[in-house]
Amino acid sequence: MGFSFDYLIQGFVTALSWQNLFWALVGCFIGTLVGVLPGIGPVSGIAILLPLTTVLPPTSAIIMMAAIYYGAMYGGSTTAIVVNIPGEASSVPTAMDGYEMAKQGKAGPALAISAIGSFFAGTISVVALTLFAPMLAEFAVVFGPPEYFALMFMGLSLVISLSGRALLKGVISMALGLTAALIGQDPLTGAARLTFGTSTLNAGVDFISVIVGLFAISEVMINVEQRITAIDTMSISDWMPTWADIKQCGWTMVRGTGVGFFLGLLPGCAPSVTTFVAYDLEKRVSKHPERFGRGAIEGVCAPEAANNATSTAGFIPLFSFGLPTAPSMAVMLGGLMMYGLQPGPMLFQTSPQFVWAVIASMYIGNVMLLVLNLPLVGMWAKICKIPFYILGPIIVFCAMIGTYSIRFQAFDVWVMLLFGVIGYFMRKLGYPVAPMVLSSVLAQMLETSMGQALLISQGSPLIFFTRPISAIFMALAFVSIGRGIWSQVKAKAPEAVTDDAEY
Amino acid sequence: MKKKIIGCIVLSAILALVWVGAANAAAAFPNKRITYNICFNPGGESDITARFQEAALKKALGVDISINYKIGGGGALCWADLVQTKPDGYTIAGHNLPHIALQPLEMGNAGYKTLDLKNIYMFESTPNLLMVRNDSPYKTLKDFIEAAKKNPPGVFTVGGSGTSSANDLGTTMLGKAAGIQLTYIPFGGTGSAVPALLGGHVTALMSYSTMGVQFKGKFRGLAIASEERMEVLPDVPTFKEQGYDIVEGAYRGVAAPPGTPDEIVKILANAFEKVMKDPEVKKKMDQNAFKTEFMGPAESLALVKKKMVEYEQIMKDLGRIKK
Repeated sequence: MGFSFDYLIQGFVTALSWQNLFWALVGCFIGTLVGVLPGIGPVSGIAILLPLTTVLPPTSAIIMMAAIYYGAMYGGSTTAIVVNIPGEASSVPTAMDGYEMAKQGKAGPALAISAIGSFFAGTISVVALTLFAPMLAEFAVVFGPPEYFALMFMGLSLVISLSGRALLKGVISMALGLTAALIGQDPLTGAARLTFGTSTLNAGVDFISVIVGLFAISEVMINVEQRITAIDTMSISDWMPTWADIKQCGWTMVRGTGVGFFLGLLPGCAPSVTTFVAYDLEKRVSKHPERFGRGAIEGVCAPEAANNATSTAGFIPLFSFGLPTAPSMAVMLGGLMMYGLQPGPMLFQTSPQFVWAVIASMYIGNVMLLVLNLPLVGMWAKICKIPFYILGPIIVFCAMIGTYSIRFQAFDVWVMLLFGVIGYFMRKLGYPVAPMVLSSVLAQMLETSMGQALLISQGSPLIFFTRPISAIFMALAFVSIGRGIWSQVKAKAPEAVTDDAEY
Repeated sequence: MKKKIIGCIVLSAILALVWVGAANAAAAFPNKRITYNICFNPGGESDITARFQEAALKKALGVDISINYKIGGGGALCWADLVQTKPDGYTIAGHNLPHIALQPLEMGNAGYKTLDLKNIYMFESTPNLLMVRNDSPYKTLKDFIEAAKKNPPGVFTVGGSGTSSANDLGTTMLGKAAGIQLTYIPFGGTGSAVPALLGGHVTALMSYSTMGVQFKGKFRGLAIASEERMEVLPDVPTFKEQGYDIVEGAYRGVAAPPGTPDEIVKILANAFEKVMKDPEVKKKMDQNAFKTEFMGPAESLALVKKKMVEYEQIMKDLGRIKK
């Protein structure tokens, strides 16, 4: 695929027609709504709306689908910030600091910075996509099973920094998350584990139910116990972040975009992983890491930027190889195929005007989301002011509907409630919740790549250390673990290791 | 105040559970969206076929089709899930031979039994295709086998889709026929195996003809496991003509949970038959090296039963299951 200004301009012309602008707007709006509901992510959203798009001309349809996708990413962070319900796993880090900000009356700035960060990341990523797609695609395939494992392992080492001073509790929490992820069939061989012979457990535990339970339900329980009147009882400060806030996040947005984009190139690396990595990176480079988990604005900006960068980067394998690397991309491809486009590396050669129109509309989608959502920030932020005896039940209600809609199994709702109770006790006893979420998100890819890598090396774990890229990630992981343990040992006595979690 | 809050929460919870537990009103099938589960990664053959079929299927059935992924265990996760789903015809899953025959045989407990899957239709088959990268030193199957013999056993890795699947079996067959030891690396689907070869993480792929067409510019097909060369891949010699009697690949179709009423299965089968006969669909299938099949419920069940017996013998001969 060659970059051509001609095609790009042509693409813009197509994308900027009144008709296409309208459909992009509709898509953004629907996408945001879809993203707000937990359990219905962009994939289901696009899949449900796909038939509607068949009545539209192809270009408009694809533009609308891309807009829905982006909108959904944005919607998920709204509920994460306002009511501590992460819309998807990728919104979890946003919830961690965003909800704290909401409790401090800063829901407005949190939502706004999330929109601004997303816009920044989206725009930069689309530019990178436009200019460097083929190169980037080549880079992506350099990652094989050993590299994926090393990356996931490094991701797990993030537990160290996410646990703060409660390292032991953090590791326990992580282990519990890994155990929950083990339930069901082995992703490589299909062998059943921890199923106790029941067929329900054979299907495993869906991590969205776990996350919604751990965050939303346990939060509601704690709020009830503390008899809070509303999430945000402080007087409303500005809806918008101050210039100081935005400046503070300047480099954060760059870093978040970088992390999100490069990791997003890797086939199979979900936004949920990249947001955690971006969050952790911010925490490590910050001069005041203890602010994270208590309402640090960078803690909202980084994952949001990473999130959008990853979604955009996901298009690169699709456009370069015709390989959709995530279910959402496959739905896009399905849409493209309905209009006669051949999947495969020839996609760019055979239908460039189509592809460039989509890329152009991605630029526009970013602008549109910013314009659409910033004014609405005030409205969303007001939700935090709703008296809790009304909002609490509504949250529980939405959480149940959302969780049920994942697989239409009541089992998932029970899992959510169970983890709500578990989350409640974890918080009371000072166990950090984030490591559990992180490990359940990383578990499947961790296991699968480990299995594949060890098969390639015929059983030798040295493979992770002899290949350069994988060696780098493993080294980073061990450094992280080493530093974490060292700082525990150094600080005061062994009591420090069992301190309560800050978050 | 606390009681009020607790009361509200409990009430809402009860209402929510009642709502979601409510049964759907009975009406003519189908009267709402049908979920079509795909058991492998996006980008693979099952996924591609489903995308080709989507529009025509919607027209034939008159309802929306929602394509969903349940990936893992070479399809075992998806089929284990299917046998527990309500047999009302609103959830179907793509299924593959030999996978559904091999997995219960090899795994002991795969979560499902081969004959539990109620066959609706078998709509395509693709032969196995051994591929290497274009810049690989192995230009022919002979080169590949000779090099494998020179290297320590198992160093040559061959990636493919799933465990106890066509690709897996194909690799074992090649190893036995050529007297070499190959290490098979299972991936969640062709969609994730292909990047592994692109990046050079495996020596070769034992994949399907479809990828041979899609990645013509990047991969070289060394041998195809069909009776004769495929029209869309004229330069790829068969295993047979190179001296190895290996004819193997995957049949793909759709299945419903056990206990699905026959009338409903018939409606779905007729819809799929119409879809596969649609000229647009046929064209895309041919272009992408899929061989279209037209086997309804009875015929596909007969095929499954026949293959079960065949594969049991093959697996014993290859030493993959105990005699």
